[in-house]
Amino acid sequence: MLSVENIHVYYGNIHALKGISFEVNEREIVALIGANGAGKSTTLQTISGIMHPRSGKISFLGEDITHTDGYKLPAKGLAQVPEGRRIFLQMTVMENLEMGAYIQKGKVPEEDFENVFAHFPRLKERRGQIAGTLSGGEQQMLAMGRALMSHPKLLMLDEPSMGLAPILVEEIFNIIQEFHAAGATILLVEQNAEMALQIADRAYVLESGAIALSGTGAELAESDEIKKAYLGG
Amino acid sequence: MTFLNYLLSGISLGSIYAIIALGYTMVYGIAKMLNFAHGDVIMVGAYICFFAVSRFALPPLVGVLAAMAVCTVLGILVERLAYKPLRAAPSLAVLITAIGVSYFLQNGAQLLWTPNPKVFSSVVGTGRLALFGGQLTVSYVTITTIVSCIVIMVALTLFTGNTKMGKAMRACSEDKGAAQLMGINVNSTISVTFAIGSGLAAIAGVLLCSAYPNLVPTTGSMPGIKAFTAAVFGGIGSIPGAFLGGLLLGVIEIFAKAYISTQLSDAVVFAVLIVVLLVKPTGLLGKQIREKV
Repeated sequence: MLSVENIHVYYGNIHALKGISFEVNEREIVALIGANGAGKSTTLQTISGIMHPRSGKISFLGEDITHTDGYKLPAKGLAQVPEGRRIFLQMTVMENLEMGAYIQKGKVPEEDFENVFAHFPRLKERRGQIAGTLSGGEQQMLAMGRALMSHPKLLMLDEPSMGLAPILVEEIFNIIQEFHAAGATILLVEQNAEMALQIADRAYVLESGAIALSGTGAELAESDEIKKAYLGG
Repeated sequence: MTFLNYLLSGISLGSIYAIIALGYTMVYGIAKMLNFAHGDVIMVGAYICFFAVSRFALPPLVGVLAAMAVCTVLGILVERLAYKPLRAAPSLAVLITAIGVSYFLQNGAQLLWTPNPKVFSSVVGTGRLALFGGQLTVSYVTITTIVSCIVIMVALTLFTGNTKMGKAMRACSEDKGAAQLMGINVNSTISVTFAIGSGLAAIAGVLLCSAYPNLVPTTGSMPGIKAFTAAVFGGIGSIPGAFLGGLLLGVIEIFAKAYISTQLSDAVVFAVLIVVLLVKPTGLLGKQIREKV
């Protein structure tokens, strides 16, 4: 579904991604894990067209999107829940969801809102509230709900557990599995390697801009290197 | 009754400031830049209307529409040619460019239309409406100005609150990166904002010159600065703030002229601004965004 081939990305002179290749197949949950600054978010931003690689190729559903303008990607079926949630704090919950459905022509069908509220009942209670007044967990839910509104074929989540209490992290991960069960393909970027590896079909470990290891979620969770570096064992 | 007369002139002048301030504040909200050339777009609008009506004998309404059309295109062009290439540049570079565009427009107008003053004839005539048995008279220009301002304000509020494009503009003004992830074309949204702001500037130019008929290439610069002040006064980035700031500035200016001193009126206006900003640095209706983690 998504294939990233040998991409090199620079921030000015800093070589942030040094030839990364990976793929996400239909209906998989793929996790990218790694320490702070390893290049996880840069990878997602490059796929989303916020940054462009200096060389290499990205294709989505067989189409080359390496240099496609970012704003055209949601219409092709790519959605991202960005790091730090980035919801529209001064808009209401409903308006945030409407923005998520921006690519849809005409009026947003009521079922789409109901679908989001089915996953996140708390958002329904707070539909008229200004998003900036939601709690951190609710904001993460809104960011995820907003991404669902575009009916993405591939949903990319950037650090969904960041800054959340452990119980909320659990809840967020359950919902990611719900999405998956409902047929979504997911690319998950996480620092919380333990949680990510539990739900991932496959995972890639990023280290200073390159892929250091890859395997199934279970394999990596058992690997000594991973245990030492990321799982505190 | 003189008090009421002053108040009405204040509200009328304030309405013009408010219409100009709306353009400033919308562009600031979305592009995070102070478009100092905005005042000069007003002047261009007034010239276009002047030529349409006085030289080509077109009906005033056609003159206004022509001015709006030309200014809208001008606004989009200025954004494309001067500001868009600097999207990633430091804000100081953009500010200096805006000042450059301002002088470019003023000098261009001198070259095209000479620095000699033109006498603008009011688009709604010079009649006056007598109220209270003639004790209070209100000019048609004043009425038109106040009504236009209210209509524009209501229309913009509905537009930004209820239409898809309007909501997309609010989304872009809050977070361009996130807006892009929603599939919003940020560049074209910025263009639309410049188009709306410049179209409004044309209306402001026509109303301004209908009330103060002396039209020269620098006509727009002082009202432009005052309107910028009004936008900051009300809270830059806020549409109701621009409206409130504009009205208050106009009323304070006229009262200062009437009751304190004609020469000192501008000083009084800016003194009030300084006091407001000392007490409330975000302006009257400016929001301090509170973020929860």
